[in-house]
Amino acid sequence: MYSFIKKYTETMQDQNIYPLFSLLVFVVFFVAVLWYVKALDKNEVEEIKNLPLEH
Amino acid sequence: MQVESFQYDNKTVRNFAIATIIWGVVGMTVGLWVALQLVYPTVLNLQPYFNFGRIRPLHTNAVIFAFVGNAMFMGIYYSLQRLLKARMFSDALSAIHFWGWQLIIVAAAITLPLGFSTAKEYAELEWPIDIAITIVWVIFGFNMFATIIKRRERHLYVAVWFYIATFVTVAVLHLVNSLELPVTLFKSYSWYAGVQDALVQWWYGHNAVAFFLTTPFLGLMYYFMPKAANRPVFSYKLSIIHFWALIFLYIWAGPHHLLYTALPNWAQSLGIVFSFMLIFPSWGGMINGLLTLRGAWDKVREDVILKFMVVAVTAYGMSTFEGPMLSLKSINAVAHFSDWIIAHVHIGGLGWNGMLTFGILYWLIPRIYKTELYSKKLANIHFWLATLGILFYAIPMYWAGFQQVAMWKQFTPSGQLKYQFLETVTYMAPFYAMRALGGTLYLTGAIIGMVNYFKTIGQGTLQANEDAQAPALEKTYTQHTGEHWHRWIERRPTPFLLLSLIVILIGGLVELVPTFLVKSNIPTISSVKPYTALELQGRDIYTREGCYTCHSQMIRPFRSETERYGEYSKAGEFVYDHPFQWGSKRTGPDLAREGSGNLKKSNSWHYNHFEEPNSISTGSVMPSYSFLIDDNLDTASTPLKINAMRTLGVPYAADYASKANQDLMIQAKAISDDLQKDGIKVSPNKEIIALIAYMQRLGTDINK
Repeated sequence: MYSFIKKYTETMQDQNIYPLFSLLVFVVFFVAVLWYVKALDKNEVEEIKNLPLEH
Repeated sequence: MQVESFQYDNKTVRNFAIATIIWGVVGMTVGLWVALQLVYPTVLNLQPYFNFGRIRPLHTNAVIFAFVGNAMFMGIYYSLQRLLKARMFSDALSAIHFWGWQLIIVAAAITLPLGFSTAKEYAELEWPIDIAITIVWVIFGFNMFATIIKRRERHLYVAVWFYIATFVTVAVLHLVNSLELPVTLFKSYSWYAGVQDALVQWWYGHNAVAFFLTTPFLGLMYYFMPKAANRPVFSYKLSIIHFWALIFLYIWAGPHHLLYTALPNWAQSLGIVFSFMLIFPSWGGMINGLLTLRGAWDKVREDVILKFMVVAVTAYGMSTFEGPMLSLKSINAVAHFSDWIIAHVHIGGLGWNGMLTFGILYWLIPRIYKTELYSKKLANIHFWLATLGILFYAIPMYWAGFQQVAMWKQFTPSGQLKYQFLETVTYMAPFYAMRALGGTLYLTGAIIGMVNYFKTIGQGTLQANEDAQAPALEKTYTQHTGEHWHRWIERRPTPFLLLSLIVILIGGLVELVPTFLVKSNIPTISSVKPYTALELQGRDIYTREGCYTCHSQMIRPFRSETERYGEYSKAGEFVYDHPFQWGSKRTGPDLAREGSGNLKKSNSWHYNHFEEPNSISTGSVMPSYSFLIDDNLDTASTPLKINAMRTLGVPYAADYASKANQDLMIQAKAISDDLQKDGIKVSPNKEIIALIAYMQRLGTDINK
């Protein structure tokens, strides 16, 4: 398996895929984080937000 | 639900606080010393132990790992216990962590002036200390994690997320960048060479800024700013976006330290894109910090702690605006290698880390000592001295940077470079003096702060174990109806750690793996051959003396550089460089082609220049290296070094180790004989001969 990857990557020509891949991964990740934040329960956020002031 | 009584451990917090104060003053004093060495080079460079090249790493290591490191641990040990409503898991582990870290600092303070250095910036400590760092770091992480597991608070506040990300990422960075092959007890070679070493080093270097100087301090900001202002953070949701976006993006940013170098273009582009995007989460965090003070700005006028914190967060905003800008190719082309970068990092170091640390100390010490601050007036004086110090430091350095670059790049109408490099050095003298004044102001403030902290400690009594009460955590958690999947991850620290790890590994792997595997990334040059035994020994003297702190070995493809230094540097030229020595600052000229073309000098020039740089280059700020004339070269290490290089893949013949010293002496004798022709009598077995041999080799291979 490793030798297959090695052989493929050693001779790989088109590296433009890297920036594109990275951007895509980030956009997907960022949208997921936004979704996560949007889905948070308001009361719970309020509770967590005040944790530093408790002790 | 049963309410449990327990106690917070303030003793460890106190220990880290005191270490922060003391190491802070020490690190800044060394900083002022190196700053003054550039103003009074002949008086303040005390060779060999206290030459600029050896104690500049001492300054950077002291302020990063001793001052900021201890401050980080102080804040984490205080806030983590309270956010989790639990005492640290083990007092013994806390103590081992504290004393282990201090021992590492002492070891660094001894070994760096002795010249034991890997010559990789901010990772200069040699392999035994690297192992000690790993052990102590794991102890810290284990103690933190075990505390998280036995917590009495179900939710993990965002500050704890930042601490977890700090732990896991620093562990990965340290392990990957410190892969080195030991040669002797205090000498190792980086496992990577040339371009690959450069990429790993700056992947580490930039993320040391990100995950040692930034993420833990953001955690501290999210805890201590609400505490000091007595109101919750402006937007908790924004802090979540801040966290995930920041840790995802930061890990890609390293290659912006290598723009226009021999690093493959695609890696440079990745670095630029992600560095630029970093401005969004960074500013989100800054705005979140500043808006926490909404409706409390009147307090900032009265409360010195908030003043420190406001300047800190503002400095964070400034440096995280400047960082992405400096990552743009056109700006980087101008700013890189100049004093501009020194200004930039000190806005971060003095402003963000320094001011936040002082603010937290002023808040925390009276609380754990159950007393009032000794003097608010002194704290205000400290604040103003520190703020003015930052300005007096940064403004001359920005100005110096612009001026320096303008002079480096200026051509006459007839198309020749207008200034000799030395002219740009002597022009810097007043700026360096002003910078030292800024440093003096900041240090004076820190000393006044130290007096104030210790006076406060003197008038109070440490509450080593502070009583607290909290309900026990339910063993089984009943899910709310309609609960989202995110609640699952938020409650579980281990999957959270793994998720953070995956997030930071994505960027690291995409950048590093192809650079190691894709052959076309580093085109080989057949005329590039391994160093001779003497040159290799000379190179080790170069790394030992920290020459990379002032000299680059990387000619970028600009006319202003190729005219001055010769043909631009190619990736294939560095394949035997363990470690790479591209440098990051040109206080002196680039040395990539010091041995070739117009730059080539005679052996006697180098000899005289090392002995007394000022006698050859009037106005030079380089220290004297006359001790190299007296010190014998350690030839016993030659076979070990050759064998180590062979292990790393450098193609020396199998039996070369046994013949290397013979070879070495022949080359050394030739240089010694040549020097004698110019009336210089020096034995071939002196260190200076090896260093001259290395200088004469630099950049010559591609002309063969």
